[in-house]
Order: sequence, then C-alpha cells, then structure tokens
Amino acid sequence: MEDAGFNEAKARYEDKADKALRKNAERRAEFTTGGGIPLERLYDPESIAGHEYAGHIGFPGEYPFTRGVQPTMYRGRFWTMRQYSGFATAEESNARYRYLLERGTTGLSVAFDLPTQIGYDTDHPMAAGECGKVGVAIDSLADMEILFDQIPLDKVSTSMTINAPAAVLLAMYICVGEKQGVKTSELSGTIQNDILKEYMARGTYIFPPHPSMRLITDIFDFCGREIPRWNTISISGYHIREAGSTAIQEVAFTLADGIAYVEAARKKGLDPDVFGERLSFFFNAHNDFLEEIAKYRAARRLWASIMKERFGTKNPKAQMLRFHTQTAGCTLTAQQPENNVIRVTLQALAAVLGGTQSLHTNSMDEALALPTEKSVETALRTQQVIAYESGVTNTIDPLAGSYAIEKLTDEIEAGAMDYIEKIDNMGGMLAAIEKGYPQKQIQDAAYEYQKAVESKDTVVVGVNQFQTKESDAAARKLLRVDASVEERQIGKLKKLRSERGNVAVKERLESIREGARDENANLMPLILDAVRVYATEGEICGVLREEFGEYVENIVL
Amino acid sequence: MSESGKKIRVVIAKPGLDGHDRGAKVIARALRDAGMEVIYTGLRQTPEQIVTTAIQEDADGIGISILSGAHQFYFKRVIDLLKEKNASDILVFGGGVIPEDDIPGLLEMGAGAIFGPGAPTSSAIEWLEKTVAAKIN
Repeated sequence: MEDAGFNEAKARYEDKADKALRKNAERRAEFTTGGGIPLERLYDPESIAGHEYAGHIGFPGEYPFTRGVQPTMYRGRFWTMRQYSGFATAEESNARYRYLLERGTTGLSVAFDLPTQIGYDTDHPMAAGECGKVGVAIDSLADMEILFDQIPLDKVSTSMTINAPAAVLLAMYICVGEKQGVKTSELSGTIQNDILKEYMARGTYIFPPHPSMRLITDIFDFCGREIPRWNTISISGYHIREAGSTAIQEVAFTLADGIAYVEAARKKGLDPDVFGERLSFFFNAHNDFLEEIAKYRAARRLWASIMKERFGTKNPKAQMLRFHTQTAGCTLTAQQPENNVIRVTLQALAAVLGGTQSLHTNSMDEALALPTEKSVETALRTQQVIAYESGVTNTIDPLAGSYAIEKLTDEIEAGAMDYIEKIDNMGGMLAAIEKGYPQKQIQDAAYEYQKAVESKDTVVVGVNQFQTKESDAAARKLLRVDASVEERQIGKLKKLRSERGNVAVKERLESIREGARDENANLMPLILDAVRVYATEGEICGVLREEFGEYVENIVL
Repeated sequence: MSESGKKIRVVIAKPGLDGHDRGAKVIARALRDAGMEVIYTGLRQTPEQIVTTAIQEDADGIGISILSGAHQFYFKRVIDLLKEKNASDILVFGGGVIPEDDIPGLLEMGAGAIFGPGAPTSSAIEWLEKTVAAKIN
C-alpha cells in the first residue's frame, strides 16, 4: 500500500474512536455475523493487504470465478426466476405453474409431496395423511403428463426437488417430453439428486449410502450421454442451513458433499472434466446481508480450486460453481407476516449481489402454510423489482473490492477449508455422516441460535422484540389441502393399475431387480422402460427397497 | 423436576414422513437442559410406534413435532391410540408449522398445548412442569 498519509490518518481515526468509546460504549461488547464470524469495527486496505487481484479475485467468467461465472453476468441476462411450488394433485399444481408462467416466472421448480419424495405410492400405509401436503402427489407417468399439460418442455427449464427416487422422476419427465415431441437431448433442467444432505439434514432418504451413490452416478453417466443440458445434481447447502448450520458450515458441508460425489463418479470411471460441467449447487440466502454475499463468492472460489487442484480438471466449465438460491424459510415469522416481505427482499438482494444463477423468493405466509397465489405473486414481484428497478444488475459483482466483503470472503473460504480438512481426515463425508459429525455440528449451531433468541441476544423483529398483541395469523387466508385430495389421488391410482398392461409392468420391474443386482448395469434406462408402461413410483422404489434395503437414521442428539 | 421429585419423562416424536427435525432436536435438548428425561424417536415414526414408545418408557408426555401440514391426521391417531390403550394420562402436546386456526381443533381432540412458530422453548418447559405437577396432585 503506497499511501503516505494512510498510517497517520489511521492513527488519528483510532484515537478518535477511542475517545468516542470512552464516552459511550458500543451497542455490544462483540460484533459477529449471523454465522458467528467476529466483525471488526472497520475494514480498510490493510484488511486485504497481500491480495493478488488476478489470482485471488480475478475477472468474471475466469478462474477462480470469485466475481461470477459468466463474463457479462446480469447485463447479459437475469438469473432464472424460479418459484418452488407444488401441492395437492397434478391438476392443481399445473394450474399454479401456468399462473406463475403467465406472471413472468422464467423456470419451473417442482415440489413433490412426501410420499413421492420417499418412494411410496399414495395408497401405501406410510403415506396416509401426507398426500399433496408439502408438494404435488405423483404416482406415475399419468400424473406427470397432467402436471406438465400445455407447458412446452422445449421452452421451459424445470428443476425438481427429488433425491432418493430422482431417477424415477427424471424418467417420467423424459417420457412427458417424448409425448410432447421434444427430443430428450433438448430438455433442460435440474434434479436435486443429493442424498448426502438428506442423511445429514433433510430426511427424505430411502436407500443406504452405497446403492444411493450408485443411483446418483448412474444418472451422471446416463445424462452425460443422453441429456447434455441437464444438471444432474444440485448439491445443496440450503437444507443444511435451514437445519441450523452457520454460513461457514453451509459452504463446508456442501462442498465436502460435492467432493464425495466427484470421487464416486471417478471411481465409476467418469471424467470430471465432463460430468463436472453438469454439477450444480443450491444455497440458502439468510439474514446477514454482507456475510451471505461473501459466502457465495467464497464458495465459488473454493470449488474452483477443489476442481482444479484436487481433481485436476482442465475444463473451466467443470470448475464453475453455478448455483440456485432460495431465501431462508427458517427466518420467516408467523408473527407480523408482512415483515417477511422485507426479510425476503434483503435475502434475495444478497443472492443477486452474490451472483446467483437462479432464485426462489419465499412468500410471506410460509411460516404457517403453503403460500397462496397472492403471496406468491408478491414474492415473484420482489425478484422483478430487484432485477428491473434496483440497478444492482447493471454492473458485475459491484461489492468486489469492498474491504469488508473481500475480508469476509477470505474468512468464509478459510473456515470452510478447515472443516473440509477435518472431514477428509475422517475419511470423507460418508464416514463423517456415519460418525454423526456434521449432524452434531449443525444441531449445536441450531441450539445456540435458539438460546440467543430466547435471551434476546439475537433480536427477531416481531417475535422477541417489537411484538404486537393482536393475532395477525388467524385472520389470514391460508392455502389448505384437505383430505379429499388423498381420496381422489388413490382413486386415480386404482384406475391406472386396472387399466394398464400389467404383464409389461411386471416384466420391467423384474428387469430393474436384475439391474439392481448387477453393479455394472446402469439402472436409468431400465427405470425409463418401466415408467413408460406406467409402473408406479412406489412399485419401482419398492423393488429397489427389496434389493438395496433401507437406510437407518443415525440419531444424534 | 416435578413436585414429587421424580424427573419428568417426555417422548419427542416425529410422526410420518416429515424430515424437518431441527425443532424436535432443539426442544429435546431444551427439555433435557431443564432437567427432564427425554426420549427422541427419530424420523418416520408411525402413531403406533410413538404410543408404544411412550407407554414402554412410562412417559408423562408426548411432544409431537410436525411441519408437513399433516398435523390433524397425526394428532388424532396418537390421541385415539392412547385412549384405546388406556393411556390417556399421557399428555400430548406439540409444535411445528401449525396455523393458529387449527389449534382449537387440536385442543378439542385432546392435545394439551400447541407451540407454534416463534414460541420460546421456555413456554413448553413451563407448561410441562405445571401440567405434570397438577396431574400428580
């Protein structure tokens, strides 16, 4: 730093600050980010002394991608505005998707109900009471055809939050495309397909780790050949954060999961320079504005170095961390729900300033129920106001060079690297999960947060401060999914089972069984064949359950 | 500790397919830190499993955590099963993503208390201490 006056000016400032402190103490003894990173009173050029711009920060579209993955970012095109939705049956959800598309959403994101996510048909005893509650009920291709009725799959990209049975839902999507006359190679979208965070934080696992990793890498292999534009996985920190982790843990555990997937695919003989291009990520946008912006930048830089240095990739596209963001559901409050609109705005702005490729903004009523049409519209409008009115999209990574942002970016990267090293020393993420390590870390952070809220050390506006007496929630109109939805869906399923060609279904289910027993077979084409003749999701997953067994939760408290 | 000096025993249960266990684990730890004995069931419990656990563990209460919207279904099943097994002395309470409008129905069904989003863990602790003490006296 060649700045003659700097030291003198800084000494003067520190002197002034000391005097001010003697008069009045600061609001708190220590300041930290929401994720617990200590914050200094002031960051200045010394905070980032020694940074070599080109190698460390660099230019957008170039390694290490700190400033973004594309050379023009939002000046070229905005992020995809992708609202996660789905409820009741395929009919209701199709209507909601068309409502969203009419209002300017630019990509679909399917929420499935819990039986679908856990591979049970709606009439399975374990599915009782859950049909259509947290997402749409899909039992077979027949439901999927209705879900995408009049939605052209060559024009819209679709993200599906589906993990353990991802292969089955992807197969259904391919079949709907075929029926619409869309070539499989032209489909674009994403399946979440991230089982490790299910074991760690989200809970919709089915099979044990080994066959689960096989299904995932079967999909990598199949998609590499058949659907080159498909994101084969969305490695998700979102749910890790929702379960209570800090920002550093979110980055660390997500990238450690990523490392485990790359290693599994390499073991199968796949080339990281090829499949690496189709790995995508999914992060949370939490409350601490500066920390979140730094988090995305740190994650990008760290993943680039992992892919380059650790896995030796040469293809820059395989080093780019492309990601979807969702605002943090856990920060929404049932009290004074209008305040959630403001929270979501700040969180979404952080995601945009952090260079997200795709964004979901939560609706104000989601602390209580699935959102109504009206509240979803406001959530989408929030993104549009940021995109079209705020001006932050007109120059790339505008907060780069901010001493605070660059310093936080460095600290999050370093903190995440420490965790990844610990996990490496345990033998990788699978071994760490078996030991309960990330689960315990997440829970400890969640419990600390709860204690901080109860002691009011952490303020939640409208909840532990600035409360109002009247009940806001009771008067609101909430979306309800009633029990008749389950009856209707079971009726459809019974009809399907009596009308389809059951001989072909049985044969193809047996082929899946044989494929499951042969480690060298790729299950994806076999599942596709079964889906095509209307084998149900529960039947396919049922065969795989018989062959693979089921995961037993490692309870950590 | 209840007034008789016996530790309060609570089963924290996750019914159905819901995988959101942050709240269940936080309340389990908070009750434990408040001196209660806590049995956490883990995910994907059927109402039968939950009730069996509570009876076997001689629990004073079952805390149901549910965020999937299926609360009406699961509270009813658990409460009905407790009646069937002559174990209605076991308190049922719960929390999660439960709209305020649904709370009167759950209380009428026989739930003792519902702690919605934003409720501090101290409110559940106080309620349990008070209610278990009243039951003994």
